[in-house]
Amino acid sequence: MIEVKSLYKSFEDKEVLNDINCVFDNGKTNLIIGQSGSGKTVLMKCIVGLFRPTSGEVLYDGRDLVTMNKQEWKMLRREMGMLFQSAALFDSMTVLENVMFPLDMFSRDNYADRVKRAQFCLDRVNLLEAQQKYPDEISGGMQKRAAIARAIALNPKYLFCDEPNSGLDPKTSLVIDDLIHDITVEFNMTTIINTHDMNSVMGIGENILYIYEGHKEWQGSKDQIMSSTNERLNSFIFASDLFRKVKEANK
Amino acid sequence: MLFYKSVATFGRYLMLMRRTFSRPERMRMFFKQYIKEMSQQGVDSIGIVLLISFFIGAVICIQIKLNIESPWMPKFVTGYTTREIMLLEFSSSIMCLILAGKVGSNIASEIGTMRVTQQIDALEIMGVNSANYLILPKVLGMMTMMPVLVCFSIFSGFVGAYATAIIGHIITVDDLTLGLQHEFNEWYVWMGFIKSIFFAFVITSVSAFYGYTVEGGSVEVGKASTDSVVSSSVLILFSDVLLTQLLS
Ligand SMILES: Nc1ncnc2c1ncn2[C@@H]1O[C@H](COP(=O)(O)OP(=O)(O)O)[C@@H](O)[C@H]1O
Ligand SMILES: [Mg+2]
Repeated sequence: MIEVKSLYKSFEDKEVLNDINCVFDNGKTNLIIGQSGSGKTVLMKCIVGLFRPTSGEVLYDGRDLVTMNKQEWKMLRREMGMLFQSAALFDSMTVLENVMFPLDMFSRDNYADRVKRAQFCLDRVNLLEAQQKYPDEISGGMQKRAAIARAIALNPKYLFCDEPNSGLDPKTSLVIDDLIHDITVEFNMTTIINTHDMNSVMGIGENILYIYEGHKEWQGSKDQIMSSTNERLNSFIFASDLFRKVKEANK
Repeated sequence: MLFYKSVATFGRYLMLMRRTFSRPERMRMFFKQYIKEMSQQGVDSIGIVLLISFFIGAVICIQIKLNIESPWMPKFVTGYTTREIMLLEFSSSIMCLILAGKVGSNIASEIGTMRVTQQIDALEIMGVNSANYLILPKVLGMMTMMPVLVCFSIFSGFVGAYATAIIGHIITVDDLTLGLQHEFNEWYVWMGFIKSIFFAFVITSVSAFYGYTVEGGSVEVGKASTDSVVSSSVLILFSDVLLTQLLS
């Protein structure tokens, strides 16, 4: 479980995040949605510790990330996996080497066991046949899957995904969404996903946080979202014709 | 304002170096990278070093012979001057200046690309000290390989000088040999090594700094790569003056 308490973040004079409070549960896919530029990535980077919040707390099962010392911080990072918007695979390594990298760095297992673990993760994302390829030789969807395999290699408790569907076609997006959702349930992880893709929201949104210009505008589940009366939320969700029609059909 | 900015930049450079020079997480991974960098930055530069040094050695020999040699100059002047120029300045300082272009831009664009494609963030999230993992093997690898490159450069320069004697008949082989051996001071070779090791540190750390601190996209990576070459070249020239004063 990850709790965020009155989190503020500004760059120089520009306030990007304003008093964010929320709770992200275990074994659930938590979504952060909002327009481009609303501060989703900044919020996620504050949560994972790539940015230091101006003020506020980020609690990982009660452990505060902001005031943590170096050793605790190092241990906590072993429990995190992150999937970046651009997949961020190391392009000088093959897919298998990419997935093995965190194991090589941190695991005490011998070589054969590390390969086995990496191949297990690759198999989980259905990418075993591409293990000897380099990242630029595989498609965007495969890169994302390889990145998921790398993120779960050390069996993390917390998984973060920044726009996992950006640049993917709707069908591949669905595969990635389902994969993340299944893995979350399977390994009982706390998963947080940044997205502006309404298909993901309706597909896997168990706990949805709507960010509007840096503050929390709305929070709820995908079932509540359709019936919400929040105007800003509605204008975001029903920006697309399709969802407007779905809503009207539901009435 | 400019002063304040450069002090701030230098401070950030020092902070990055402090993170770089720490104990690697896994020695096995460090040595793998270290060997890779020695080959990529060092061994792959041998060709260009041999080529340039050969021609510079030849050209110095021809220039001295044609322009300085006169009947009342001793016979050894040409060989002697060629040797001193190669040992004292060309094979260490000028060679490093040339390598700053090749190695520096390579390092800055490699690390810069890793920064803008979030590969460095990915390392950080895993809990890897990205500065240490990426930069330390490059710095140490180049510092190890640079004296070797200096050796190759000196050697190739002499081969170039002999080529003018044997093929071009500009000077007799005996005169050249006499000059190359005249009053040889071993310290000059060590001086060249010390300078080149220092320059290797400057080139790799400065260009790694530029790459590591890139913000933005491919345009900024290109800019960082140019800036790193300019800065490390200027720093090499400055420190060459200081080091030469110190070591002579
Ligand atoms: N490193 C930074 N320095 C200054 N401003 C930033 C930085 N990162 C993001 N911002 C600003 O924060 C705002 C939110 O950005 P971001 O979180 O990336 O949006 P998104 O919701 O699309 O992910 C933007 O206006 C952006 O300009
Ligand atoms: Mg974003």
